[in-house]
Amino acid sequence: MSFKNKILRALIATVAFATAAATHAAGPELRLDKAPLQFDNASLQHGAKLFINYCLNCHSASYLRYNRLQEIGLSDQQIKDNLLFTADKVGDLMTIGMRPAEAKQWFGAAPPDLTVIARSRASHYGSGADWLYTYLRQFYRDTNRPTGWNNVVFESVGMPHAMWDLQGEQVAHFVEREDGHGGKAKHLERLEIVKAGKMPKEEYDEAVADLVSFITWMGEPSQHNRKQIGGWVLAVLAVLGVLTYLLKRSIWKDLH
Amino acid sequence: MQKQAQQLLDWVDARFPLTFLWESQWGKYVAPKNFNFWYIFGSLAMLVLVIQIVTGIFLVMHYKPDASLNAAGVPVAFASVEYIMRDVPGGWIIRYLHSTGASAFFVVVYLHMFRGLMYGSYRKPRELVWLFGVAIFLCLMAEAFFGYLLPWGQMSFWGAQVIVNLFGAIPLIGEPLSIMIRGDYVVSDATLNRFFSFHVIAIPLVLIGLVAAHLTALHEVGSNNPDGVEIKKQPKDANGIPLDGIYSHPYYTIKDIFGAVVFLFVFAAVVFFMPEGGGYFLEFNNFIPADPLKTPPHIAPVWYFTPYYSILRATTSDFMLWLGIFVLVVGGLSVFSLRHQLAKLAAAGVTAVLLVAFYFLDAKFWGVVLMGVSVLLFALLPWLDRSPVKSIRYKGGLYKGILAVFVVCFVVLGYLGILPPTPVGTIVSQICSILYLGFFAFMPWYTAMDKTQPEPERVTWQ
Repeated sequence: MSFKNKILRALIATVAFATAAATHAAGPELRLDKAPLQFDNASLQHGAKLFINYCLNCHSASYLRYNRLQEIGLSDQQIKDNLLFTADKVGDLMTIGMRPAEAKQWFGAAPPDLTVIARSRASHYGSGADWLYTYLRQFYRDTNRPTGWNNVVFESVGMPHAMWDLQGEQVAHFVEREDGHGGKAKHLERLEIVKAGKMPKEEYDEAVADLVSFITWMGEPSQHNRKQIGGWVLAVLAVLGVLTYLLKRSIWKDLH
Repeated sequence: MQKQAQQLLDWVDARFPLTFLWESQWGKYVAPKNFNFWYIFGSLAMLVLVIQIVTGIFLVMHYKPDASLNAAGVPVAFASVEYIMRDVPGGWIIRYLHSTGASAFFVVVYLHMFRGLMYGSYRKPRELVWLFGVAIFLCLMAEAFFGYLLPWGQMSFWGAQVIVNLFGAIPLIGEPLSIMIRGDYVVSDATLNRFFSFHVIAIPLVLIGLVAAHLTALHEVGSNNPDGVEIKKQPKDANGIPLDGIYSHPYYTIKDIFGAVVFLFVFAAVVFFMPEGGGYFLEFNNFIPADPLKTPPHIAPVWYFTPYYSILRATTSDFMLWLGIFVLVVGGLSVFSLRHQLAKLAAAGVTAVLLVAFYFLDAKFWGVVLMGVSVLLFALLPWLDRSPVKSIRYKGGLYKGILAVFVVCFVVLGYLGILPPTPVGTIVSQICSILYLGFFAFMPWYTAMDKTQPEPERVTWQ
């Protein structure tokens, strides 16, 4: 075997070994549903309404100002009339009255600020939106929990199901399977609605999709703007690339 | 008009060496004409440095290094970053340019260093250029480390906590030293404030000075090139330009501008379309404000530190035996090969002291030492390389193979450093760490054994 071949073999072995090491590193499986996000104004406004009614009592969105909602098609007057419950001015930040220290006493942990929650929940299992979309649809009844609620995605969650009146009450059916390491792991088989809510399943899923779309927008309100500007910047740089290349070629032409 | 401009320039030149500086540093600086793709990364590093300084100036205007909680219960520092992202006009662009710039800096610097390894840019007479470069690399790592704490997210906080705790592994002075660095018993507001100061003024000052020294030294000795030919030794034309030399201006001015545009295209694609870089440039966990009471399940440094972080983690107590054998082999070879009696004695002494110290001091301490050593070893390259030629083009298969193994190990270490530790991963990173160290430690022998071809008189040029 030639020397080069030996090196090649060693390299392949190292890479294969490293890949094996990586697969072993995978933690417990987290199954997330793909969030069907919609960034049109109607969806975002519906999401904003749900967010302000259901989330903004315990969670703040303290990096976002109410009048930023102009960007999803609401006028200052509309915001003032319909959405301004806890603030005086339309330019105020979306804070809440509950103090973090009190919240911690009541829930065990202070409910986190939600402004950038979609960005923080991303992982190799899926985007932050996917996590939220799955989480908000997988609350189930669990009498062992102080709130009476548990969640498939976030086990022993401190938060009760805020939108239970819309979704209704679910119970979870789990099966135990071998986890491949000699132990057993709990797998969700299915969720079953035992008490209907105001919305049928499809409607609830759509409502959650709108809510998650709004939370995703809120995580980075400039994201649409960013991509638009980005397109122009790349176009200008591409033209500049061609021009500077031609200039380079003409200047270097006389070198021998 | 032109006459007046010339008069003004003469007036300045009589008082300040403006024309001289321009001509010696760039305008009339003669460089080899055969620079290839790999020679763009030096000027790109300069470009990124400017981007970082300019965006940094604007970020400092709005950022607040304050760990106390605001009325909504969020740390002021964290909230001020989101304030920049939302309420400061153009703030998000400035912040993304800066956060992407940090990763881009390491991309171009690692490629710049690899260029040096391939073409022997560290060899005589460029030892000082190289040493200034290694110092720049160290400063860059410090700058990135201090800056990463400032957004005050979970990864900022716990990353800093882990790294500062490393200093605690140093015998005797470790604990007081890490308290001195933090200014507290845990990472706190005091730490945030001093890291801000280091990031914004102390390190950048040193960095700019070192860059000036790096470039001045380079323009004094002249640039290397992909053939490793010393153009200064070639016959010169009527203007005193060597056969294969060209003025940097306009030739490399336009070539570098074209390269900068291509780079900026890729850079802008990240800034505008994937500023999080898949969670590698802006880590997802860092969108959660720092919480001293909640340790994240998995703490990983940003990607550019992970090769060294892997070496640190690889140094377990089981590994010390292998490290001891490694040192014994390198020490034995040194004693065997060194000519002077005194040098033989010194090598034997150092080996013995190291082996005894390996036995008595904790593996955690040696992990920290090894991490530092693996960065600093680059500084020794000018004196470790014994090859008669500079460029990889004329080196033999032995060097090419070993360099390839080194690069693969570096990448594998970087990859494993991102992941949580596993038994298999630890063994792989231990093998890679030994190979990484071996690249440097055995260099005097394998470069001397390597079958090289003679360097040409002229550079390769189509």
